[in-house]
Amino acid sequence: MVNTEQFRRERLDRGIKIRTDGLYALMSWRELSYLTLPRLILIVGMLLLPLIVPGMYWQKVVTILCIYALLAISFDFLAHYVGLVSLGGAFFIGAGGYLAAILNSTYGFPPILTIPIATLVGAAVCTLLLLPCLPLRGVYFAIVTLMYPLVLARIIEALDILGGTDGIVGVDSFANRWVEQYAVIAMVLLALFGIRRLVNLDIGLVFRAVMDNDQAVRASGMNISYYKAIAVFIGSALGCLGGACLVHIYMWCGISLFALDFSILPIAATVIGGSGTLVGPVLGCLILVPISELLREFGTLRIVFYSLILMGFIVFRSEGLMVYGERKYHQFQRWVKV
Amino acid sequence: MDILIYGTINSVALALMALGFALVYGISRVPNFAHGAIYVLSGFITWTFLRGLGLNYALSIFLTMLIIGIFGALLYQFILIRVRGIAISEIIASYAMGLAILEGLRWGGFKGMSYTLPVFAEGSILIGGIPVDYQRIIVVGIGGATVASLWLFTHYTRLGLALRGMAQDERAALMLGIDSDFMAVVAMAIGAMLAGLAGILLLPLGNIVVEAGYNVLILAIAVCIVGGLGSWMGAVLAAFIIGFAQILTVVYLGSHFQMVVALLAIIFTLILKPSGLFGMQKQLEERV
Repeated sequence: MVNTEQFRRERLDRGIKIRTDGLYALMSWRELSYLTLPRLILIVGMLLLPLIVPGMYWQKVVTILCIYALLAISFDFLAHYVGLVSLGGAFFIGAGGYLAAILNSTYGFPPILTIPIATLVGAAVCTLLLLPCLPLRGVYFAIVTLMYPLVLARIIEALDILGGTDGIVGVDSFANRWVEQYAVIAMVLLALFGIRRLVNLDIGLVFRAVMDNDQAVRASGMNISYYKAIAVFIGSALGCLGGACLVHIYMWCGISLFALDFSILPIAATVIGGSGTLVGPVLGCLILVPISELLREFGTLRIVFYSLILMGFIVFRSEGLMVYGERKYHQFQRWVKV
Repeated sequence: MDILIYGTINSVALALMALGFALVYGISRVPNFAHGAIYVLSGFITWTFLRGLGLNYALSIFLTMLIIGIFGALLYQFILIRVRGIAISEIIASYAMGLAILEGLRWGGFKGMSYTLPVFAEGSILIGGIPVDYQRIIVVGIGGATVASLWLFTHYTRLGLALRGMAQDERAALMLGIDSDFMAVVAMAIGAMLAGLAGILLLPLGNIVVEAGYNVLILAIAVCIVGGLGSWMGAVLAAFIIGFAQILTVVYLGSHFQMVVALLAIIFTLILKPSGLFGMQKQLEERV
């Protein structure tokens, strides 16, 4: 044990990190692989996942995991790049899911059409419904998004519309399970790298500015609500995409799409994986979803379990696994004498 | 006439549900998303004392209030205080806590119709030709007494004045020697006890169900937003507005729309006057 009276921990970037920041990354295979290997591991790992898990049951779990990952990316993007904490992932899932189910069962559109239509139209609907709350910050937005899925489920139940409590049955499935699996995995990877690219574009800078100091953005002559609406559209599109895929996977659509699982698990995954890293939420889902699947026989104890994990992480280890991992990868630390 | 009577009863019930939330938010600016869970939890603790251990009703209520108060204080002291001021973390941590309590209760077998608390007094009287049972009258009575005693407490006792001082300006309160962390713990304990009181008073009117926790949270938040977050008098007034609106919807549209009223109230308030009727947070209005 080092005496912290006389020593302080110092963190320094690794030499290879600094070399790979610029054009020198092309210098050698070592530098190239330092940059690309983590990304390749993720991509190849995700692609191989359906092949290495045992049995069809776990392949299904992988698919569900990808749906949660989409939601988690959407939560992370909205919360840590735009500053809108959405507690209603289930709202996005429900909107996309119901739209896809209606398009498919009533109008007979094939999944290849229903999914993109449900994604775009669903995102538009979600954005429209959330529009009145967009000028709000922090607590208020969280409260309203928390209420939407609960109230929508109540309305569907009360009015007995859209299949009521029975839901809509007989939704078409994907062509076969490989199409299903690789479609969702490809969507997760696309969403992940797409959003990563997006937040580094000019508009991503505006998003972050809206989060950090909205008055400054206003002073620069930009309309905050407009940018927030775009961000909500993108975020809810990811959620609706997940929902649309989900009804085609389950071949059923009902009010359980508004269930709490869809709201709380992505948040837990984001907090555990590392907030604001976008990869972290996917990592968190890779950890949490299989655990929750193993705990399935305990019923609602799963929710207790991941709420407690969530609370523990947010209170005691709020940086998350990915931030920790990145730090270890890029930096080394040593003790220096004060 | 029945709209008037049941509207009043419903409004007082809403005010009871919302007071604890409004108090905690007003003083420490921590939105306590575990509020609904505490409400249900108090019902279950009372039930356990009453049916499980066979204690006297009054004694079990007293013990429950004590336990809930301590629970609230511990919750703040060990969890929420660490994330205070970080809006995202406050919401997620308290919401996760509430979820853990509610779903834990559900897993523990507390579901279905078999869990009820007895009413305080059987029977009913006629008020203007409408039968009203004693429990509802007790709710109105205790609700009014609670609001009045809270007002007295915050205006005429040292602790209450310190709480108000902190709610108005935390820095100034700190300079005058008020321990803001301790005050926040006290506020949370009182808030939890108010939630517990609401639970004990209102749960005998129906079954103790876990879902009530989510509904109470939503209603409490709706009342607080309409009244203006952080303003207690605003919360009471908003409780009457939403309470009567709900009863009117039940009479003219059907009971399924009660929750929709709450949501619409929130959305209209946020569009028209985001800081609520008596919002303390003027800066919010500037920021919107």
